[in-house]
Amino acid sequence: MSAAPLLAVSEVETFYGKIQALRGVSLEVFDGEIVTLIGANGAGKSTLMMTICGTPQARNGQIVYNGADITRLPTHQIMQLGIAQSPEGRRIFGRMTVMENLRIGASVTDPAYFDEDLERVFALFPLLKERQNQRGGTLSGGEQQMLAIARALMARPRLLLLDEPSLGLAPLVIRQIFSAIQELNEQQGLTVFLVEQNAHHALRLAHRGYVMVNGKITMSGTGIELLARPEIRAAYLEGGAH
Amino acid sequence: MAPFAMNGAKSKMQGGLMEYFVQQLVNGVTLGSIYGLIAIGYTLVYGIVGMINFAHGDIFMVGAFVALIVITALGLTASTGLGLSILALILVLVISMVVASVYGWTVERVAYRPLRGSFRLAPLITAIGMSIVLQNFVQISQGARVKPLQPIISGGHTLMRRVDAQGEFAVQISNMQIFIIVITFSLMVAFTLLIAKTPLGRAQRACEQDTKMAALSGINVDHTISLTFVLGAALAAVAGLMFLLYYGVIDFFIGFVAGVKAFTAAVLGGIGSLPGAMLGGMVIGLIETFWSAYFSIEYKDVAAFAMLALVLIFLPQGLLGKPEVEKV
Repeated sequence: MSAAPLLAVSEVETFYGKIQALRGVSLEVFDGEIVTLIGANGAGKSTLMMTICGTPQARNGQIVYNGADITRLPTHQIMQLGIAQSPEGRRIFGRMTVMENLRIGASVTDPAYFDEDLERVFALFPLLKERQNQRGGTLSGGEQQMLAIARALMARPRLLLLDEPSLGLAPLVIRQIFSAIQELNEQQGLTVFLVEQNAHHALRLAHRGYVMVNGKITMSGTGIELLARPEIRAAYLEGGAH
Repeated sequence: MAPFAMNGAKSKMQGGLMEYFVQQLVNGVTLGSIYGLIAIGYTLVYGIVGMINFAHGDIFMVGAFVALIVITALGLTASTGLGLSILALILVLVISMVVASVYGWTVERVAYRPLRGSFRLAPLITAIGMSIVLQNFVQISQGARVKPLQPIISGGHTLMRRVDAQGEFAVQISNMQIFIIVITFSLMVAFTLLIAKTPLGRAQRACEQDTKMAALSGINVDHTISLTFVLGAALAAVAGLMFLLYYGVIDFFIGFVAGVKAFTAAVLGGIGSLPGAMLGGMVIGLIETFWSAYFSIEYKDVAAFAMLALVLIFLPQGLLGKPEVEKV
């Protein structure tokens, strides 16, 4: 593991109006890692994802990516630095075709890479190739999730932010998506920061994990360590494992 | 030579039913294409920032004034040859589009962007304010009098001719109408392709559907919104030149009525829908023309606005309005 983290979030506080959603969050993601952030609904996980991307911006604290302070950068500039997000709720462009969604994902890259990248994501999610001329809004939930991830990958990210890719999906599809994430990490060295409610799957996949409660990080450790912690088992795993 | 700008208007009593109808159709399509061009600006801006840009009609008016100034500066008259006139008018068109774009960009930058994210009525009120500012600016700098323009493109073609006991009736299409219709339709096709096929158009549609996700994909949303205003203003300037050529008179107030009609057209077609704006413009142009031709010219505006009321009551999403957002 290299000395400086690829992403370092320190003492970040984010507000929605007067409501404080993040209460001094610090965490690090190193190059080549899969790091997961687990926590209950409303803990602030998605807010952290969005704050990293500058929408909303952190009121206090600092976010450093690849040695540069990105805390105050506008969103589109952050996304041009090699960060891509597959956001909560997938946010597919419903009135555009699958292909157009992928082209939007490739907005930040050199067009010369497009064909090669397209082939790569189609190899990962062959279903999208069949559906390439279909409108995004007509895809099923699982297909939309694949499209959201594929769209993020089209940006050739170094750091991929995935917000609840398993939400609302059938176990078989979840397994498919998680194995795709693992493949990207192992074969292409992609760094992944994964937010999940599905703690069992996420902790088994990730090298390290953080637990968030009410806008604060309460625990951290390797995936295996966290899986073994009784309080984690009680809060996030019992009855939740597939 | 027949007064082409009023083709058929005086021949109501003489012409056969069919010929009269065709003549009005030609006139209506000409007018409709002008409204359609303005309506595109309303619909694009509404689609992307969800506001009605009430200053858009005045951008159209500014475009018409710029066109008049450039035409006067070039010394274009009817005696200029047809080919040269058309080339010169295309130059006028380009200059007018560029200047109006600068106005459109500035209005957005100065008056709308600072209020983005403010309460819902704020941009509406500012838009009305900008409309008044532009009107007064032109009134003071150009004078309040009506500005005439001598016809530049003369001549025309007879499409149909009928001679009977009542006399002769000829369906005419003037070269100027051909110029208006050809330029308008080519620009609409070009513009539709721009939105459908180019990266810029894709970015524009992405911002329209989900601004936040567009930003998360690395699209500069502010930049895209500015460009939308610029494109809308450029098309309004085209409409301004066409209006000037068609009616031969403009004043600082033309943006109001034409703007409200184009807005009606955009709502009729389904606000936010590009083909809807073009279709709506055409329908309003035809209603206005046919109403003037068959019923009463005094009530043509009433007919157009009654249409707006009917649409809002019975078809609030418009003719080609988008279905509700599909989210799984």
